[in-house]
Amino acid sequence: MSFTLRKDKHGVVVVGVDGQLIVGNRQELKQKVLDALESGGRKFVVDFTKTGYIDSSGLGVLVSLSKKIREQGGDLRLCGLNEDLQTLFELTKLDTLFAIAKTSEEALAAF
Amino acid sequence: MTTPLRLDVRRRAGGGETETELSLDVPSDLQYVGPAVELIVGRLPPAPLSPRRIRFNFSTALAEALANAIAYGNRHDPARVVRVLVQVGHDVVRLHVTDEGDGFDPDTVPDPTLPERLALEDGRGLFVLRSLVDHVAFNEKGNSVCLTLLAG
Repeated sequence: MSFTLRKDKHGVVVVGVDGQLIVGNRQELKQKVLDALESGGRKFVVDFTKTGYIDSSGLGVLVSLSKKIREQGGDLRLCGLNEDLQTLFELTKLDTLFAIAKTSEEALAAF
Repeated sequence: MTTPLRLDVRRRAGGGETETELSLDVPSDLQYVGPAVELIVGRLPPAPLSPRRIRFNFSTALAEALANAIAYGNRHDPARVVRVLVQVGHDVVRLHVTDEGDGFDPDTVPDPTLPERLALEDGRGLFVLRSLVDHVAFNEKGNSVCLTLLAG
């Protein structure tokens, strides 16, 4: 499991979550995104195309990162959720807190 | 990373059907949650749960229950372990997760989808657990949870 960060040509930080986002690795994701925020990144897309599962700690870290990014005038969007993950966001009503796109291209185009 | 995780797998015949039991003791350290889930999922029989349910519902529920047991039950105490027992029957999987803590009353946990709680970082564990499996039952003390997933 790992996280990859890349910047697209418009400066949007795209974060790939490979494997799972759970209590054991959420801190790593948090630190990487906060470092990018510190370095001036304001627009973030978290891509879950390669993600198996997300636990409540993983959901929680997304909530807290989104809040911190918004406080700096930025935005964090999500994409690539499979049907099960999409359902998880809907059940927890977190789909109302995040802009969720189907693909990273769609998420990037929406900025 | 050297791992202290040792999975015990047993097959026992009873009532005309064979049941597989997997048991694992997990140290009270959150770094073992992911490896423990992978270890158990890797040895779970292909039936009665579909690959998709194993990959998502079972894996997430186990990670969730383990994290709760380590953090809130055993309070990260290295002297305590979390005991996992998975009973795989013909048409049902029961997942028992037991910690050595004092237990809690699940009825006192507030609904994390309430508008005033929605933007909080924590407090979704039990809600997520209940969303993922067919039945959630705690023992009276509240330090052991049994998660039931029906075939499919």
